[in-house]
Amino acid sequence: MESNHRGYLDMELLRFTTAGSVDDGKSTLIGRLLYDSKAIFEDQLEAIERASKRKGEETINLSLLTDGLRAEREQGITIDVAYRYFATPKRKFIIADTPGHIQYTRNMVTGASTANAAVILVDARNGVVEQTIRHSYIASLLRIPHVIICINKMDLVDFDEKVFENIRKQYEDIAPMLDMVDVRFVPVSALLGDNVVDRSGNMPWYDGPTLMHLLESIHIRNDENYLDYRFPVQYVIRPQKQEFHDYRGYAGRIAAGSFCPGDAIVVLPSGHTSRIKSVGTFNGPLNEAFAPQSVTITLEDDIDISRGDMLAKNENPPQVSQDIELDICWLNQKPMQLNGRYIVRHTSNEARCIVKEVIYKVNINSIEKDYQDRQFAMNEIGRIKIRTARPLIFDSYRRNRITGSLVLIEEGTNETVGAGMIV
Amino acid sequence: MKKHYLNHLRELESESIYVLREVAAQFERPVMLFSGGKDSIVMYHLARKAFWPANVPFPLLHIDTGHNFAETLEFRDQLMEKTGGQCIVRLVQDSINAGRAVEEKGVNASRNVLQTVTLLDAIEEFKFDAAMGGGRRDEEKARAKERFFSHRDEFGQWDPKNQRPELWNIFNGKKRMGEHFRVFPLSNWTEMDVWQYILMEDVEMPSLYYTHKREVFFRDGVWLAMAPFMQLKPGESAGVRDVRCRTIGDITCTGLTLSSANTLEDIILEVASTRVTERGGRYDDKRSESAMEDRKKEGYF
Repeated sequence: MESNHRGYLDMELLRFTTAGSVDDGKSTLIGRLLYDSKAIFEDQLEAIERASKRKGEETINLSLLTDGLRAEREQGITIDVAYRYFATPKRKFIIADTPGHIQYTRNMVTGASTANAAVILVDARNGVVEQTIRHSYIASLLRIPHVIICINKMDLVDFDEKVFENIRKQYEDIAPMLDMVDVRFVPVSALLGDNVVDRSGNMPWYDGPTLMHLLESIHIRNDENYLDYRFPVQYVIRPQKQEFHDYRGYAGRIAAGSFCPGDAIVVLPSGHTSRIKSVGTFNGPLNEAFAPQSVTITLEDDIDISRGDMLAKNENPPQVSQDIELDICWLNQKPMQLNGRYIVRHTSNEARCIVKEVIYKVNINSIEKDYQDRQFAMNEIGRIKIRTARPLIFDSYRRNRITGSLVLIEEGTNETVGAGMIV
Repeated sequence: MKKHYLNHLRELESESIYVLREVAAQFERPVMLFSGGKDSIVMYHLARKAFWPANVPFPLLHIDTGHNFAETLEFRDQLMEKTGGQCIVRLVQDSINAGRAVEEKGVNASRNVLQTVTLLDAIEEFKFDAAMGGGRRDEEKARAKERFFSHRDEFGQWDPKNQRPELWNIFNGKKRMGEHFRVFPLSNWTEMDVWQYILMEDVEMPSLYYTHKREVFFRDGVWLAMAPFMQLKPGESAGVRDVRCRTIGDITCTGLTLSSANTLEDIILEVASTRVTERGGRYDDKRSESAMEDRKKEGYF
């Protein structure tokens, strides 16, 4: 019994995002994953049975499982990112279910920002279309390490191997433009369940893994950055207790690498150096802490450090600059203002900034760059330069998704209006 | 690379501690909602870990409907005494006496909705600018789209169609005067994660979660506890059964599970094999298909 539970307690967590429209059968695919892995409960099933009947449908509509808010049910579409959870004996999964239509690009970007893997749906009857390119571009821009192309509705093309192979070739033709690391292809029928959780008897020519098997086995431990050393200081802990009279602890979540007592560190932006005295947690001191652990670090020397500073090491130091070039996805209905002022939030830091220059915009359906158009409307993506009122301490997004990402906030409304990935 | 491995519970813990520290850093007067249920107990446990060796830098707030299980209140007071926490209590009865909330009538009467009035009054009274709750996205469909940092206007209302985008681990807690945030540090946890974590960390839980004998009656597919303010309908009868709570809320709406589980291991096995969601036993969600969404818009947790 005990070992049984220990197995349960020791699962890996995989966050993945799904992209595709209603027509691609995305909701059905998610419903199928949840249903076949027995993550759907009886009362949820009863609720969708009732709803399916009310809508006059004959079979249970698995897609109704993922329709959350009333506004969405009324319109029959997903508007916002919805998070869903299931587990198999091997892994716990968090799905960021995002709408696929172009007007919801910002939601796909949001869902992609925390994902280890992306599942992109392609309709076997249509092959690679504009939407496939758009979804793949976003997965690549957001640096999702693993991409699974699910070629769905194989039942509607007689489970034909040639159809699958043609689509794979089409995709491999565009892949070099997209700069992707790990791409897999799976032929499925979400409606009938072929190759989703259980192997398909209809496609004996396919000897690769099912979608679920891929999700359970993709190697994700090396996705964290262990080459650099980054600890953004989030909060300073000063206990008002006699026994901890001179204690100053720097609390934060490690963004790259590992930190051990005795390590030489540099504090940025001040440049002061010291050594780590202790790496502590409530459960006791650690000999080593690594990304993405939340810990509290104390130093040998008494240095003035506050929220927004970063502890790093002298090897591979981060960049410190006020002039930053970044890829941006615009999230707000009000277009981006060239020379406009915004607040930038980056790690635990905050500063004012000005949009200095638009370098280009990207047509996300063709991945072509446009150097003429300067207007950034909602859901548009491109490259810009900003200047911040004080230096940020950062890495390129390609190198580190935490220290390389930022958001822009509009003063006045306080809304989050832009999502930036530092070049 | 074996040594650089965090299991799913430690990764969730690390994320939640990060969120709690963001709250302490970004807000002036945060408060943590405490109901005495397992989620709020785990959330408080995480807060103690996040700020150790200092004390938790914000108070707890319990909105007491007056219809709580006695065990819940005892547990709350003992936990505060043991950990040196500070828990503010505000009573729904006071809101009713002051005429700010009107008691529901009839056999299905519940003070669950009335809590919102008392909660918003308390937020106003103490000028709290962030209220943390133990809500999880797996609980109910209206919660699946909730943010970690959820913005509320000056009326405490949630606008599900106009939520701020939340990317990476960057949380935007900026607000105008009079507005506040609801924050959900346990957003990514499931019921199973919570129990596994309780087992792993050996977190003490109220006795209500373990099997005990209690006088109960059956209504619309749910076992409810007998109490002086509960009225039986014609045809219903109360009897003693072996039950435990799967969630703890108001007596009027907390469905009990027939169960003989008396250890955490038993509970985990029961959760793993159960075929009904946790909120399937919540009488308050049965009122309509979007009952939770509607209550949340009004400022419910």
